Amino acid sequence: MSGHHTADTLEQRAKIALRDQFLRNAVKFTTKKLRTGKQTAADELGNWEAWRERGRQIRLHTIAHLDYYLSQFVANLRAAGGYVHFAADAREAVDITLRIARAKQAKSVVKSKSMVSEELHINQALEANGIEAVETDLGEYIIQLAGETPSHIIIPAIHKNKSQVAQLFSQVAGTDLPAETAILAGFARTKLREKFLAADIGMTGCNFAIAESGSIVLFSNEGNGRMVSTVPKTQITFMGMERIIPSWEDLEVMATLLPRSATGQKLTVYMSAITGPRRSGDGDGPEELHVIIIDNGRSRQLGDPEFQEVLNCIRCGACLNACPVYRHVGGHAYGWVYSGPIGAVLTPLLNEDRTKWGEVANASSLCGACYEACPVKIPLHDMLVYIRRRNVESGLTAPAERLGMKVFRLAASSRHAFRRTIKLGRIGQAALLRNGVIRAKWGPFKGWNAGRVLPGLAGQSFRERWSALEQELRDDSTEMSDEIRKRLQDQLEQRRKR
Amino acid sequence: MNVSLFVTCLSDAVYPRVGEAVARLCARYGIRLRFPDGQTCCGQPAFNSGYWDAARDAAKTIIDAFAESDFVIAPSGSCVGMIHHHYPALFQDDPVYLQKAESLIEKTYEFSQFFVNVLGVTDLGATFPHTVTYHPSCHASRLLGVKDEPLSLLSNVAGLRLVPLPYAEDCCGFGGTFSVKLPDISLAMAAEKAEHVLETEAEVLVGTDMGCLMNIGGRLMHEGKQVRVMHLAELLYEGVNSRR
Repeated sequence: MSGHHTADTLEQRAKIALRDQFLRNAVKFTTKKLRTGKQTAADELGNWEAWRERGRQIRLHTIAHLDYYLSQFVANLRAAGGYVHFAADAREAVDITLRIARAKQAKSVVKSKSMVSEELHINQALEANGIEAVETDLGEYIIQLAGETPSHIIIPAIHKNKSQVAQLFSQVAGTDLPAETAILAGFARTKLREKFLAADIGMTGCNFAIAESGSIVLFSNEGNGRMVSTVPKTQITFMGMERIIPSWEDLEVMATLLPRSATGQKLTVYMSAITGPRRSGDGDGPEELHVIIIDNGRSRQLGDPEFQEVLNCIRCGACLNACPVYRHVGGHAYGWVYSGPIGAVLTPLLNEDRTKWGEVANASSLCGACYEACPVKIPLHDMLVYIRRRNVESGLTAPAERLGMKVFRLAASSRHAFRRTIKLGRIGQAALLRNGVIRAKWGPFKGWNAGRVLPGLAGQSFRERWSALEQELRDDSTEMSDEIRKRLQDQLEQRRKR
Repeated sequence: MNVSLFVTCLSDAVYPRVGEAVARLCARYGIRLRFPDGQTCCGQPAFNSGYWDAARDAAKTIIDAFAESDFVIAPSGSCVGMIHHHYPALFQDDPVYLQKAESLIEKTYEFSQFFVNVLGVTDLGATFPHTVTYHPSCHASRLLGVKDEPLSLLSNVAGLRLVPLPYAEDCCGFGGTFSVKLPDISLAMAAEKAEHVLETEAEVLVGTDMGCLMNIGGRLMHEGKQVRVMHLAELLYEGVNSRR
């Protein structure tokens, strides 16, 4: 299914996903495994809350001094022989990449997993210039063959099951491959090996950039990141400008938090640290290393008290696995690069077209599971509300919603208005009420009652019942015990002292 | 001692029996609740949707209504969570109401919090010989940190058999205006929650928030299931009455 690209609104994209039972089963199955794994890994480590707080402090500090650490990183990377480029937006990043590729007369590029590169649509840009671009992360390879975008930050092909993968690979192989994991992985390995050996350029993302040494650190589980960064003669690394951490000591904390939060692993299988290009005597590595530091909307969040913390994200995907909305609709419903709660926050913030993207912040019931799951404690559930407020202030919400809120405002403005509204509601519901509930499936009841029943307003509201109830309670009242009285008074006393 | 009931708009208009249960349970401890009727709604539907001006108007009715109260009790972790967690942001530019909001925060408790943490009562002397499962609402547990209080009240009910709800901490999909704006996703979540409730084979689903219970209960009823859905206060009140 690649119909997700054609749907314009969150609601339409969600509807498509909800109808896709394959997708829902696959996403449900894998997120369940991931979040259970994360829980176990966190419990086994112990002191998880203290680790989270430490991670948060490192990220808060780094982002608060991002200018300092970025220039330190750049100076050290240049001293190690690397080239540094700054890209204000996706277009600039693409231009820089193409310039390097042309200078190298590149025919083919292999790429390890990079979410920031998804913001650039770099593969399409390369293909349009006659350069073959091949994703080498297994999940990314699958969705590249399917012509789709990642539907999870860590597990890009989370929405695909084995037989769908077998179909895709069979087309490439020109023969029918069975839906067996070992055979499918073996096929990809052989196919990708050819690509690694032939590639002119290797492209990587960047999990962390260490300021004190100018190093790029890659976490991967398949070893493809290491192939991409050692075999081709030229390496281009895409790096969101906030990927910095100050020191190797900080990396220890991140290496503890990230794999556990992402997949429940104690360690990532491969952790590659790259400081500059190949030096004389090195057995492998690129002759030229280019790092493209990408802004693309990130610096707009700096200095904004409500959103700066979103730059603390380490892209582990734990909030996706914890999010009940994500688990039901998968990643494509969010419409852009990032999905789940972090996507619902980043999409409206990083994209300038808020008319199109602002509504993505509605993809949450605000249950707070994302905040609870986040290894660096980003208050995503609060940020979602702030974005919604901004949407309202910019007049981006639907007329029906605005009208509804006007009615709410009026009804909740005073006791008289509230009483009147309840009375009007009772008159309005009279024709619809059967045994105390409304089952109508039209107009305002359509969405809720499609699979639920709505209770009607009570015949007598609490405020209408109160004077009689108060009388009954007075007649029926017990004396307050000394113990209860003392507890209440103690509480009041404590409060006064505070 | 002025102990006041913040009944919440939903309980006021749709589930008055919940407010009544709270008042009657308090009366058993000699606490005669007051009901300042200037209260309307905590403002959460508007706040969560981004309409903060509307939310402020509603919130002010709550702040003003309880200005004289020593304690405020509400049968909803979500509405109390709104006061505790969001009123400071809502009134950040209004020093007068910010101060009033902070004093409201100090004295406002969710129902089970009030009994367990303030009154120190965990055994209300109730009997309820049924199989019960408990849904912990997200705002009560995550915004307010109310996790053990409802369970400790339930564990002291004679005859009650508590069956754990699978994936209890997952949101039921209500989310207030979320259920109106994205009803399909909301329904998918409600359906999954209802399935988990049915898996427990409990006779009764109990919770601390009527919003969530309206959602899950509405789904169960749509599916023709006979699970009884009750607020914790209702269950306890029925339980103390049956013993008389």
